[in-house]
Amino acid sequence: MLTHLERLESEAVHIMREAVAESANPVMLYSIGKDSSVMLHLARKAFFPGMLPFPLLHVDTTWKFRQMYAFRDEVAAAADVELIVHRNPEAVARGIDPFTHGSALHTTIWKTEGLKQAIDEHGFDLAFGGARRDEEKSRAKERVFSFRSAQHRWDPKQQRPELWRLYNTRKAPGESIRVFPLSNWTELDVWLYIHREQIPIVPLYLAAERPVVERGGTVIMVDDDRMPLEPGEVPEIRRVRFRTLGCYPLTGAVDSEADTVPAIIEEMVASTTSERQGRVIDFDESGSMEKKKQEGYF
Amino acid sequence: MGAGRQHAQPAAQPGSCPGAEPRSKPGAHLGEQPGPQPAAQPGVQPSGRAARRGAGALDVDAFLSAHEHKSMLRFITCGSVDDGKSTLIGRLLYESKLVLDDQLAALEADSRRVGTQGGALDFALLVDGLQAEREQGITIDVAYRFFSTERRTFIVADTPGHEQYTRNMVTGASTADLAVILVDARKGVLTQTRRHSFLVSLVGIRQVVLAVNKLDLVGYDEATFGAIDEEYRALAGALGIPDVRAVPVSALVGDNLTSPSPNTPWYRGPDLMTILEQAPADPGAHDGPFRMPVQWVNRPTHELRGFAGVVTGGTVRPGDRVRVQPSGVESTVARLVTADGDLPAAEAGRSVTVTLVDEVDVSRGDILCSADRPAAVTDQIEAHVVWMAEQPMLPGRRYLLKLGTRTVNATVERPKYRVDVNTLEHVAARGLALNEIGVCNLGLDQPVALDPYTDNRDTGGFILIDRITNATVGAGMVHFGLRRADNVHWQHLEVDADAHAALKGHRPAVVWLTGLSGAGKSTIANALERKLHASGVHTVLLDGDNVRHGLSRDLGFTDADRVENIRRAGEVCKLMAQAGLVVIAAFISPFRDERQMVRDMVSDVAFVEVFVDTPLEVAAGRDPKGLYAKARRGELRNFTGVDSPYEAPESPEVCVDTTVTTADEAADRLVAHLGAILRHG
Ligand SMILES: Nc1nc2c(ncn2[C@@H]2O[C@H](COP(=O)(O)OP(=O)(O)OP(=O)(O)O)[C@@H](O)[C@H]2O)c(=O)[nH]1
Ligand SMILES: [Mg+2]
Repeated sequence: MLTHLERLESEAVHIMREAVAESANPVMLYSIGKDSSVMLHLARKAFFPGMLPFPLLHVDTTWKFRQMYAFRDEVAAAADVELIVHRNPEAVARGIDPFTHGSALHTTIWKTEGLKQAIDEHGFDLAFGGARRDEEKSRAKERVFSFRSAQHRWDPKQQRPELWRLYNTRKAPGESIRVFPLSNWTELDVWLYIHREQIPIVPLYLAAERPVVERGGTVIMVDDDRMPLEPGEVPEIRRVRFRTLGCYPLTGAVDSEADTVPAIIEEMVASTTSERQGRVIDFDESGSMEKKKQEGYF
Repeated sequence: MGAGRQHAQPAAQPGSCPGAEPRSKPGAHLGEQPGPQPAAQPGVQPSGRAARRGAGALDVDAFLSAHEHKSMLRFITCGSVDDGKSTLIGRLLYESKLVLDDQLAALEADSRRVGTQGGALDFALLVDGLQAEREQGITIDVAYRFFSTERRTFIVADTPGHEQYTRNMVTGASTADLAVILVDARKGVLTQTRRHSFLVSLVGIRQVVLAVNKLDLVGYDEATFGAIDEEYRALAGALGIPDVRAVPVSALVGDNLTSPSPNTPWYRGPDLMTILEQAPADPGAHDGPFRMPVQWVNRPTHELRGFAGVVTGGTVRPGDRVRVQPSGVESTVARLVTADGDLPAAEAGRSVTVTLVDEVDVSRGDILCSADRPAAVTDQIEAHVVWMAEQPMLPGRRYLLKLGTRTVNATVERPKYRVDVNTLEHVAARGLALNEIGVCNLGLDQPVALDPYTDNRDTGGFILIDRITNATVGAGMVHFGLRRADNVHWQHLEVDADAHAALKGHRPAVVWLTGLSGAGKSTIANALERKLHASGVHTVLLDGDNVRHGLSRDLGFTDADRVENIRRAGEVCKLMAQAGLVVIAAFISPFRDERQMVRDMVSDVAFVEVFVDTPLEVAAGRDPKGLYAKARRGELRNFTGVDSPYEAPESPEVCVDTTVTTADEAADRLVAHLGAILRHG
């Protein structure tokens, strides 16, 4: 019998092979986070000893943590990786940032619009994403092969039945499919797998002393001098880590002593909150994830 | 503002052995582990009921090993609308302490806003994650949730009870080992209970837990429970479900979910969670013969030519003799390649890359099989079909069929019968409507390898895909392959297309005129034939009306009959074109699918689709046969344009607007269009 992680690994490999075999121009969305790291590792296994049959796409916002950019560039240096970085030129021109424009607009223009532009520009017909069903309740409803209209919209009421291991990958020109090989993984599975396979991750996941400020209950790291401090606000040094990574002004840290992967696992097992709690965008309104996804957010 | 915010303050982590672990860099954790430690104490088992919180020291490797070797059970909740399926799952997660603080805070706020329990916790909202579901208080699509206890890990699919969303229930059921069927104690066994139970048995789920729910609303009455249990067992017996266990519950209150309830002292059986923990996990196709549908041919270097796929049956080892189906070629397994090194064996469920000793032709869509017990190869199958689209299944229509990794064209025949889900009786049927289940034969345009579904879900289950909309419209479970086509061999024809063309002095073609009744198809067809004939072209004219007097005399005007009529006309076109003729066919042919079918049927010959475009009012105004008037008086049923649809061609070769073009001009344009085709094919 396969063990739990072997089952998940085998399923993800099957999904990736199926997606690549039935698409003309696939791409892997690469967000630099732990789920992307796991997905890249699985992709290498799926096509071993061959090369990765698709490029990676990073939809950049210019507001990621500095350590994320460093990590991304290391990953891109690997011989088998072709990395495409897309920055929405309109967002660049207008200087969109989360402080002046708010988290919602920031996310829409940089990420949602940026992703659509990149997909259209390169003519990708299939994009892998690292989303898991345990992340959020509308994700729990999404298919492994999730269909997008030519306008990149997800229609939760018209999802294709998905039986057995059979995925219907047919689409009309202009339409595309998002594929989630980690659909059935939990956050704990991801960490156990990172531990088992010794997968490199951004050091921000591990506890270290970092300069932070606390705003509305969320602990934000002051990662560079673009972050405007409020009057009287002084960054303090705290031992923190991140459970998810995104744009630094929108990502909450947790106080933690876990500076190894085993310690993270231990902490998580004892945890009483979910990982999405650290994401500012999810708090905007209930059901906001579904809405964002309908508009084309990953 | 989201409810998460008040609770966004993370709980301070207990000082979990700070300093006890050596520091490590990412990517190098394993080497820096402290030496082996005793296995985790039961008290610190992290993912059990109640044990989830407040861990002390944890040996991660021991934990990993324990977690890794838990068995997994996949189950669904199903049953009729509002019987409490989502509430049950939500409550089960809650009782198992698997709902985290911020999620609970969000649930409290949601319950006040859209809950069905007057502001008290509405556990269904933990699972009903779509806006539309929360607004309407129903489940629309299947939700997948994951949880684990000390004993095993679970994947549960919460499925919708509404008949309208049956396809989403089937999606959840197709991968489940066990089904929890809920029945509302006040309502008993309903039509949807029967439909879901039938589907459960059809997809091969052998274990059912009958959860008689909402016992709080019937005063925890033992007799009510007993009566429903008895009625359900009769149904399960009729369906051949071998293993049924009944448990009285209240999803709302939490009775008998994770511990025995004081409210039902008369019930001595185990609680639901205990049943789920102890149910045998489905052995799947482990014992069967080796099967591996090839997904991808991996050819990174000249030395390696590997066939990648997941083993869906049995076990394979280097040295095993395998047969490639459908080609029937045999070879021997050389290596089982993986990124973690070659494997000595690969069992069902494992993804591998197989290399063979001989250079044999294998491609995506083939199935590697054990040479002793290979999958059958056939182009005719009998199967159970569950129809999942608004557009009914029409006999004679062609769909794409995907089985394993192969996609082929399939034509469904008229169902042998449909199953009435209430009585389980076999009823005669001309087609299948949304959510109907029937048994049909399907003809495939090329042979495929397959197994009966009861032997192997992966090589015996298929989906049907609409060729125009690309929607998944049906799911099928193979009974067996039919041998019929094997015995009717194609006769080789010695006088071939070139020989016919040489004698006639031109290549054949099919000119297909489509349009509303009274659009002018026959008039244009006659003008065209006159002109071609005058210039020495050998023609034949098939007119829809005339064909209906002879070849299709037995057919009416239902959708199914229209499809069959066009299929016959298509076959005749094909034969005539084979004889070297230019076939002019004038048929209303209202459906895009069938026009495509004819185009595919005569694929060796030039096909010219002509859209005779006449607006409905104009055609009805002409009404040469007085049919529109009759149809509008209700004396004629299923009349195209009146009470039966016409699907205009999307990209016809020629489009004739009869409001500005005469029949003679149209015929001239067609002659011009045909010029090059008749010379060169
Ligand atoms: N009194 C009582 N009410 C219950 C119980 N279980 C569920 N309900 C209520 O019944 C209603 C329907 O519950 P759901 O869980 O949404 O039902 P469902 O079976 O998931 O419905 P669909 O998925 O739409 O088919 C809700 O208002 C629940 O609160 C129970 O044991 N007792
Ligand atoms: Mg429900």
